[in-house]
Amino acid sequence: MNIRETLARMRGSPSLQAGAACLAALLLVVFIGPYFCPFDPDAIDFSVAMAPPDGTHWFGTDNLGRDVLARVFAAGRIDLQIAAVCVALPFAVGSTIGAVSAYVGGVVDAIVMRIVDVVWAFPFYVLVIAIVGSLGPSIGNMYLAFTLVVWISFARIVRGEVLVARRLEYVQAARVLGFGHGRIVLRHILPNVIAPAMVFAMSDVILTILGVTSLGFLGLGIQPPQAEWGLMISEGRNFIFDAPWISLFPGLAIIYVGITFTLIGDGLDDLMRAKP
Amino acid sequence: MEVLRFSLIRLLQLVPVLIGITIVSFLLLRVLPGDPATLILGNRGSAEDIARLKAQLGLDAPLWRQYLSFLADILHGGFGRSIAYRQPVGALILDRMWATLALVGLSTVIALAITVPLATIAALNKDRPADLLIKAFFVVAMSMPSFWLATLLVLLVSLHWQIFPVSGYGSGFFDRLHHLLLPAIVIALATAALTTRTLRSSIIAVTRADFIDTARAKGLCGRSVLLRHILPNSLISMISVFGVHTSWIIGGTVVIESVFGIPGLGYLLVSSISARDYPMVQGLTVTFAILVVAINALTDIAYAIADPRVQLSS
Amino acid sequence: MSAPVLDIRHLRTSFGGAKARVAAVDDVSFQIGRGEIFGLVGESGCGKSATCRSIIRLFAGARATIESGQILFEGRDLAPLREAELTDIRGAAISMIFQDPMTALNPTMKIGQQIAEVLKRHQALSRSAPRARVLELLAEVGVPNPAGRIDSYPHEFSGGMRQRVLIAIALACRPKLLIADEPTTALDVTVQDQILKLILRLRREIGTSVLLVTHDLGVVAQSCDRVAVMYAGRIVETGTVRQLFARPSHPYTRALIAALPSTGSRRPLTPIGGAPPSLTAPPTGCRFHPRCAVAFEACAQVLPPAVAVEDGHSSACLRAADGP
Repeated sequence: MNIRETLARMRGSPSLQAGAACLAALLLVVFIGPYFCPFDPDAIDFSVAMAPPDGTHWFGTDNLGRDVLARVFAAGRIDLQIAAVCVALPFAVGSTIGAVSAYVGGVVDAIVMRIVDVVWAFPFYVLVIAIVGSLGPSIGNMYLAFTLVVWISFARIVRGEVLVARRLEYVQAARVLGFGHGRIVLRHILPNVIAPAMVFAMSDVILTILGVTSLGFLGLGIQPPQAEWGLMISEGRNFIFDAPWISLFPGLAIIYVGITFTLIGDGLDDLMRAKP
Repeated sequence: MEVLRFSLIRLLQLVPVLIGITIVSFLLLRVLPGDPATLILGNRGSAEDIARLKAQLGLDAPLWRQYLSFLADILHGGFGRSIAYRQPVGALILDRMWATLALVGLSTVIALAITVPLATIAALNKDRPADLLIKAFFVVAMSMPSFWLATLLVLLVSLHWQIFPVSGYGSGFFDRLHHLLLPAIVIALATAALTTRTLRSSIIAVTRADFIDTARAKGLCGRSVLLRHILPNSLISMISVFGVHTSWIIGGTVVIESVFGIPGLGYLLVSSISARDYPMVQGLTVTFAILVVAINALTDIAYAIADPRVQLSS
Repeated sequence: MSAPVLDIRHLRTSFGGAKARVAAVDDVSFQIGRGEIFGLVGESGCGKSATCRSIIRLFAGARATIESGQILFEGRDLAPLREAELTDIRGAAISMIFQDPMTALNPTMKIGQQIAEVLKRHQALSRSAPRARVLELLAEVGVPNPAGRIDSYPHEFSGGMRQRVLIAIALACRPKLLIADEPTTALDVTVQDQILKLILRLRREIGTSVLLVTHDLGVVAQSCDRVAVMYAGRIVETGTVRQLFARPSHPYTRALIAALPSTGSRRPLTPIGGAPPSLTAPPTGCRFHPRCAVAFEACAQVLPPAVAVEDGHSSACLRAADGP
């Protein structure tokens, strides 16, 4: 599908337009913004510590005099990148496992579903925290933890879709034409069933951001003095009475990301429904 | 008694899942890089210390035998001894479980209290300003990190207005309730964001049902139709919805207990991880999973009792 | 004829918002006498259900407006009444039963309670009285073993039994008018027959007038005294059942009767060509003229008025005067 078609389809959903605009703004601000921001997120300056938001420091400064706005941007870069991978990996792994499991069926499918049921029984935060906590707080470990836990949601969705698609005529036609199973699943079935998984991926971004920042908040994620939204909120708790802005702004940033992806998710949902 | 038989069958179906849970918890620490002994002792142990601890923990035996002894430990009511607390893990868990259960229970009640009225208003005003407002409210609520909301609420309500305590668990029933209220509200808000959407759809679907026509043709006023026909049929689906979200509510306690200093299982998990208390972590993950599974089974049974259409005898 | 129970005059009901208004009921007029079973016949989408729902203003979620006309029930116009006043009439003076008995009962409430509900709404009864009355009603509509079934749930009943329960609910307060919107369409043929006989018997015993909506001419022939034929939101012919079947005047009525399969003969079925018109852009003039075998130029220009064919029998066709 080329760009023009995509843009035309997008016109059908105001949610999607709004969400895409928010996302574009977010990425622009977070990645390009720093070039315009006069402050270094790590620069310590006790003379301006705990300064409330004003003309110079739009979001104020923290207890070490670091500019909160700059840190929110820097944290955004890291959090968004981690979240992107922590959604993409389970999406890829889970969708593949779900598709294969549904396509092959039989014992393989039964085993995979039992594994899904068991992993599903553990609350998300419990497993992720246990894995990251045991392995140590590094970005790689976060990728591993999220992948190990979140793949089941995608697997379930894609499996459901493939179970239906498996019986449809275009699959039978492909078999008759002699295409191998792998090719059928990858090139014929998957593109058609991937849409609900993509819609879920958008809400998963929100869950992931909340998860990553929770880890940071608990001290199990990104370590100081790196800027990370959850970490900033945690650090700001000690000064919540005197300088609430330290914790306030990172939280607002997270909410903004959440709203953005909710809009995109709803928009994708609209598009899916509008399909003939 | 059909209910009893149904319950027993349902509980028996749990056994494979329970076994699976123990396997996952067991593997959690065994297949991760580095063996537990090295992880536990870290830099503090010499090679001899590590070797001794390995033997002590039975880590030199083949994997399957380690699993069986792990299973045996569980069935004897323990998960070993906590490294940090120097007490049996099982006893500690039992001790701290009640705070978490109280928090979960209170959160569920508050979530219900938020969900039912808001979903009803949203459904009855579908696509009108009230509906859109409620939707927008929950979009924000769902995107909000619970620990952030908790921090701000504490600032406002506990520090400025001084209505609620900042942290801790209190003593005595009403004092405990007082302490748990704020944390429960935070968890409930996040949960309500999900359940309200589902209940709203359910109410809208029921409102369009044929039997509502019949009810209105009897001359019943709108309020009677709502209370006696629409809500009872929608609320039954709520039982299973809350069952599904149990995992979410229980998971929410992990972070919130740490924020508010409530001595429950979540707080224990976080502190155990920081302290590298692996027997504790293992025991806790199994406990959490069992809690989720047990509550799910209970909601299934509750649903079967509530909906007259479900045949209790197979 | 004594004063009619229901007298509808030039009723016009439209659906939809500002953008797409559809007049589902367009200038409909008919009368139902005391104790009479009046049939309203037509294809799906012709506006019969909309007419019924307009009478007691019970639209299921759709945005509908009664734009003009009068709905005179025992001389009192229902159209301008407020909702609070209508709820006193529904279930007591005018009752309605709907098409699908399988979904028309609350699945989580015992049927005894559902019947008692309408009694408690309209009658001041003592605490124990409803139960006794419910048992009587169940016996009246022919539900076997009422004492044993009164505490059962709907899913424990068959379709025919559920329809009987619904009729019990509708007749519990002895209404003057029962509106039955396709009450037998979703039922098996043998059960259909039982339900129709039940309605006839209850009419005899209680004296309720019935507005029976159906698309099945066989049902009309079996149960109705008088009948009106509807097409595309308008009434095209009205008369007694005998008159309609013996001397159908409107081409649509004739086509409907001709399309009925007849037992014993092996002639091929003659369906009506074409399709019912869309109500958003109806044909000009007579709505039926594009499908009519005897239409001429004026038919496309003028909405034919109802013309008396014989005493009590009228037809809205420019050719009505021509005779059979």
